[in-house]
Amino acid sequence: MMDLLNILMTESFWAASLRIATPLIFGVLGALICERAGVLNLGIEGIFVVGAMCGWMAVWLGTGLWGGVLVAALAGAFFGLLHAILTVPLGLSQHVSGLGITLFATSVSYYTYRTALPDVSSPPRIEPFRALDIPIVSDLPFFGPVLFQQTALTWLALLMVALVWYVMNRTALGVAIKAVGDNPDSVDAQGLSVYGLRMGAIVAGSALMALGGAFLTMSAFDAFFFGMVNGRGWVCIALVIFASWRPGKALLGALLFGAFDALQVRLQTEMGALVPGQVFLMAPYILSIIALVIAARSADYPRALLTPWFKGQR
Amino acid sequence: MGWRQRQPNLFMTQSTALRLTGLSKRFGSVVANDDVSLTLEKGEVLALLGENGAGKTTLMNMLFGHYLPDSGTVEVADENGTLHPLPLGHPQAALAAGVGMVHQHFALAENINALDNITLGSEPLRSFRRNRNRAKTKIEGIIERSGLSAPLNVPVGRLSVGERQRVEILKALYRDARILVLDEPTAVLTPQEADTLFDNIKAMTKDGLSVIFISHKLREVLAFSDRIAVLRHGKKVGEMATADADEKVIARMMVGADTPKVARTEMAPGAPVLKLSNVSVEGRAKRDTLKSVNLTVNAHEILGIAGISGNGQSGLANVISGLAQPSAGTITVDEQDVPKPSPGTMVKAGIGRIPEDRHHEGIVGAMSVAENMVIERLDDPAIQSRGLLKRDAIQANAEKLAKAYDVRGPGVTAASRLLSGGNIQKLILARVFERSPRLILANQPTRGLDMGAAAEVGRRLLEARERGAGVVLISEDLDEILGLADRIVVIRDGNLVEAISHDREQIGLIMAGEPA
Repeated sequence: MMDLLNILMTESFWAASLRIATPLIFGVLGALICERAGVLNLGIEGIFVVGAMCGWMAVWLGTGLWGGVLVAALAGAFFGLLHAILTVPLGLSQHVSGLGITLFATSVSYYTYRTALPDVSSPPRIEPFRALDIPIVSDLPFFGPVLFQQTALTWLALLMVALVWYVMNRTALGVAIKAVGDNPDSVDAQGLSVYGLRMGAIVAGSALMALGGAFLTMSAFDAFFFGMVNGRGWVCIALVIFASWRPGKALLGALLFGAFDALQVRLQTEMGALVPGQVFLMAPYILSIIALVIAARSADYPRALLTPWFKGQR
Repeated sequence: MGWRQRQPNLFMTQSTALRLTGLSKRFGSVVANDDVSLTLEKGEVLALLGENGAGKTTLMNMLFGHYLPDSGTVEVADENGTLHPLPLGHPQAALAAGVGMVHQHFALAENINALDNITLGSEPLRSFRRNRNRAKTKIEGIIERSGLSAPLNVPVGRLSVGERQRVEILKALYRDARILVLDEPTAVLTPQEADTLFDNIKAMTKDGLSVIFISHKLREVLAFSDRIAVLRHGKKVGEMATADADEKVIARMMVGADTPKVARTEMAPGAPVLKLSNVSVEGRAKRDTLKSVNLTVNAHEILGIAGISGNGQSGLANVISGLAQPSAGTITVDEQDVPKPSPGTMVKAGIGRIPEDRHHEGIVGAMSVAENMVIERLDDPAIQSRGLLKRDAIQANAEKLAKAYDVRGPGVTAASRLLSGGNIQKLILARVFERSPRLILANQPTRGLDMGAAAEVGRRLLEARERGAGVVLISEDLDEILGLADRIVVIRDGNLVEAISHDREQIGLIMAGEPA
């Protein structure tokens, strides 16, 4: 018991939680925007892979780190546009299209990587984002190391939480996105474009998702590996329900998952002799499922989620 | 202040606010509108009448740009009264020209508040800041002038139906609508709410607002419109000043022939056929919930259940048809307890069911008309022996019933979904009445039917009453209940209140939950 308390008190534990949470923050925000507009985007897992691969490859080819971030976002937006065309004007099944995007995007990424580097045994490394060492505040006890030694991408994720919150709650655009996910007729009757809003939301949300992937290759690690996304996209799909489609709660959910994950790594080293390591690996997922079951009972789904809308049909 | 006290001379100078010329629209092989022309004067209330499928809503959707007409033009007057052609197929253009439409199914987002619903689309999407105060001031001014009030800061999902409708009208007025189109505005309101709505509308026309409202309730059309236009089969078949009209003339114009008045003879009620004692149903929503109700239906009696939709009608229908299990109380059919109600036991006990959603709960669309006619008595030895269906008997039965009940369509072997709504209802009537049930549960039996088919349903229910059956008639159309029922019970919030008389005002008050 004391051990657990000791872990929770350490700076490195909370710093790790925030680091693990960062890609999830991007992913949940992206999924949140899509679903608020009424479209489920199961392409998220594949868009993470695309973002990870494209961001890394751009930097490796010499665009610079921020250039890589931009390339990752554009690549995510491209696959988002594909999903948007299939599900919005064409009105195909959002599940089928989303899973198709995941398979397609993942395979294309691996294919591109292999084609570009046919016979490399150990993946080439790039110089990743470094921790932003902000003078004075970095030296604050506890908060200094936890907050102020994260990389720029973590800061970007936190900024995005505030930005998405502001847009959703304080701008006409946010109101329109929420309305189109609840009742597209309400938007159409007021002369706004249902297709435009939905497709725009999917493209923007997918770009955010790709940044989650880019964080993996450009901040958490410094290279691209197969299987490195490892279900993070699916976790985001669950977290968005836990967050009841609210940016603030999305941040909380991502941090909780990050904390569970950071905790299990530490528990593995402390108690690895007693319990098999796989039990700890499972823990964050099991805890997310439990949290989700509790949260989802009262979940207030966007009413038009999964329902295609066609102009002139009512 | 208010629309009333402003100078009413605007409508004295007659000028045309809207002119539709030669509008036509086809959907596949169906002609929805055929060369319809219509004018609307400034400050006028025009009622657009017609049976279901006559093309009223299609016509208004073309005016508003939801549908693109195959031919014809729409001209709308600007502030100075000059007519300008409206680009067709663009709701945005209609809004800009001052046309506001309130749809029958509200076009409101329930997760945002009334203010956001009203301002949606009139604020630039690119702007990073909103001026909510200015919008709020403008809306409050409109509310003050029109008398249409609704809470602005609550998510629309929590507003009552009447409030939602007022939000819909406020949406149009916020866009400076000079022409307001209302598609069946009173379908979901109590009689009192409807009267208030029309009073407000009347007041606003004094300020130059022109109104078209779609309805098939003759009473309100005669009470509140200035002029009446009637559509039938997509064509305009008549137009008259309301002052010159009466129910009979309009009804004949709508149907194209005189509708036979349903004859109703007085009859002494017999023994109770259905008794609910302290029956409660715990539904998932208000419309499925009953709170310890008592109900007796006698032989030779039609019991009308009046009420605004969503007040427990589904719960009552489900418990009588056996679809819902009561959480408390007992059900007695013909003075026999039904210990474990299920659809099967209730049918065996002698209950015939005319369901609310005839397309989904009344028939199996993919199965043939003949199969649907026997689907509730598959254990009958006349229909099957040792599990094998007797196809000839089913066919003969279907042909006999189709003739007796005038079920028209592509034939009894065709899939039942190919029938029109009226003929599907006739199919269900045939199936139910052939079993001579002790009790008939008729849930919204004439909704969506034209007058001829509706009259037929009423005639069949009265016939069953004469034969000695009890009938539970659940309807949102108070006129239908007043015309058919021997006794009237009002359902409100899962409770039943017996109405002492057939007085429309009094029933309306009970529907609204006010102490009568």
